[in-house]
Amino acid sequence: MQQTLFDKIWDFHRVAQRADGRDLIYIDRHVLHELHAHHAFAQLHKQGRPVRRADLTFAVQDHTVATRPGRDDDTNPSGSAFIKAMREGCRTNGIRLFDIDDPEQGISHVVAPELGIVLPGATHAVPDSHASTVGGVGALAFGCGTSELAHILATQVMALKRPKKMRVQLDGRLGAGVSAKDVALRIIAEIGVAGARGHVVEYAGAAVGAMPIEQRMTLCNLNIEMGGRSGLVAPDDVTFEWLARRPFVPQGMEWDRALRHWCRLASDEGAGFDRDVRLDCTMLEPQITWGTDPSQVIGISGRVPDPAALDPGRRGAAASAFGYMDLAPGTPLLGLPINRVFIGSCTNSRLPDLQVAADVVRGRHVAEGVVAMVVPGSSSVKRDAEAAGLDRVFREAGFFWGESGCSMCAGGNGDRGQPGERCVSTTNRNFENRQGPKVRTHLASPATAAASAIAGRIADARQFAPGAA
Amino acid sequence: MQPFTCHTGIAAPLIRDDINTDQIAPILHSRGLKEDYRAMLFHRARRREDGSEDPDFVLNKPQFRAAGILVTGENFGAGSSRESAVWSMLANGIRVIVAKSFADIYRENCLQNGLLPVVLGGALGDRFIARVVTADGKAPFTVDLLTQQISGPGGPDIAFEIPLADRTRLIEGLDDIGLTLKHVDEIAGWEARAQTAQPWLQSARDSR
Repeated sequence: MQQTLFDKIWDFHRVAQRADGRDLIYIDRHVLHELHAHHAFAQLHKQGRPVRRADLTFAVQDHTVATRPGRDDDTNPSGSAFIKAMREGCRTNGIRLFDIDDPEQGISHVVAPELGIVLPGATHAVPDSHASTVGGVGALAFGCGTSELAHILATQVMALKRPKKMRVQLDGRLGAGVSAKDVALRIIAEIGVAGARGHVVEYAGAAVGAMPIEQRMTLCNLNIEMGGRSGLVAPDDVTFEWLARRPFVPQGMEWDRALRHWCRLASDEGAGFDRDVRLDCTMLEPQITWGTDPSQVIGISGRVPDPAALDPGRRGAAASAFGYMDLAPGTPLLGLPINRVFIGSCTNSRLPDLQVAADVVRGRHVAEGVVAMVVPGSSSVKRDAEAAGLDRVFREAGFFWGESGCSMCAGGNGDRGQPGERCVSTTNRNFENRQGPKVRTHLASPATAAASAIAGRIADARQFAPGAA
Repeated sequence: MQPFTCHTGIAAPLIRDDINTDQIAPILHSRGLKEDYRAMLFHRARRREDGSEDPDFVLNKPQFRAAGILVTGENFGAGSSRESAVWSMLANGIRVIVAKSFADIYRENCLQNGLLPVVLGGALGDRFIARVVTADGKAPFTVDLLTQQISGPGGPDIAFEIPLADRTRLIEGLDDIGLTLKHVDEIAGWEARAQTAQPWLQSARDSR
């Protein structure tokens, strides 16, 4: 029987079937963050239940940490209690914490793969809906709530119903200046914010094979924005090369043995999926959201839709989005004045994301009146970027260069826009009031965000090629 | 977990699709470890710009202030995995959400906390919504999980589907961790097998 990548991982990790019909799926790596973990620690403590496998559990401080240079626990006053509770909970339970001042602190979805904590064919859980980011290295990752987080701490398994399978086949080649972010936004636009609900999505095809790991992670990161239960890419030589010699991966002969196993993970020829979606990426232009959910997307040269032309079921949401976003139907986004730019988050904060943005910014300056921020996804990314001189490129151009964390993605650390501001953001959600009360968010790639910061308007980065200044 | 068998209460119509967790329980409202979940629910939607209550928001209307049933559209609870989006419902006395569909993680979080998620899709959902709108909080509806029926003003009883296992778990208020720990020997057995078959999965050591 031909199996998909998902089947192979699921079946291996299936410990038992519980009385209620749910499969108990073993979780190889569990990564916590400070916003949710304290509830779970308190619950287990109350029940007198120990953490089963502290050695397979890791923790980061990411959601509430300040990004200001020289930050400490109290720089963001509303985060301080979370940060301290996390430290205490990890100490009590013997869990390795990448604390606020750790050289490897950062966003869980950035830190786990870059240290090799997450592996191809492994299962992974994070109490965060963007857990599937690490599907980019071929891991099966689930976002979970706080009760499920406590459940994993106590048992090291998740009790799950077997999801359905969906394949998103990405054909062709991405044009210059087009990235995985643009591809992901286009897919969400095509299938909608609930289009992958109940499914684990495998991203496959020539366009995915050509993507470096960081781009594959961006693709898998946005899987939840179309409602997917998880998303992943079959590991290949690009994956193995990327992971080799990272500190937490198996070493020596064990690496060779793991590699032989990982080479057999790809979906078998002819394996069946419940749903197949195809997209040819060759002609795709940079994409940007115009509305207040991540499916309200147009090409950068396009015009926001006329509600009359939309599917009747989407008209109401569109009408409300026009009001919130202060946009008129049928108008272009290109050239629209902006107030703020944010480059960062688990979606787009890895070194290549910053390099692409820096290439646009180099030798130019942020437009008058625009507040522009770059927040690296981890302290390691920050260090590498600084070694490459990217911090200088950004700072000389007038960008704020921050310490690592989730920052303005959800504003849990106090980084947020002012009411009425229009913001181009490399994050994952353009929900109303997410980046600050009444902030109007346009999701886009790092290149588009960087170009827009320079122009002071929504801009097409392809007109900002290096040396074109 | 608080068991759920039957609830009789006012049904409040919040008829929109894709209501997300940022709307239900805004993260911007997170202030510390001891959250005020009651105040968190629809924190922004409930208020006008000057911070005063918006009398037009459904849960602020006198007839819906004590609503125990929230009735809504497709894909309810999209977005974040944070459970405060469920806790804030319970803190406001809401025990049932009737939606055309739910986001996966949100529905799981409901089951973990004894908040009953009822799916009424398509025309059936539309007819129920019409009845709830017409009732306008003047008479209660009863959602009975034992009989899987909704009864109330404006029409006949409505049968709803829910997977048997989810139903049992809610009715008995089962401790999810306890349920799993019945399989603790199998978990240990799996660990031993994985240690042989794929030992790298059972060890996460820093090689430096």
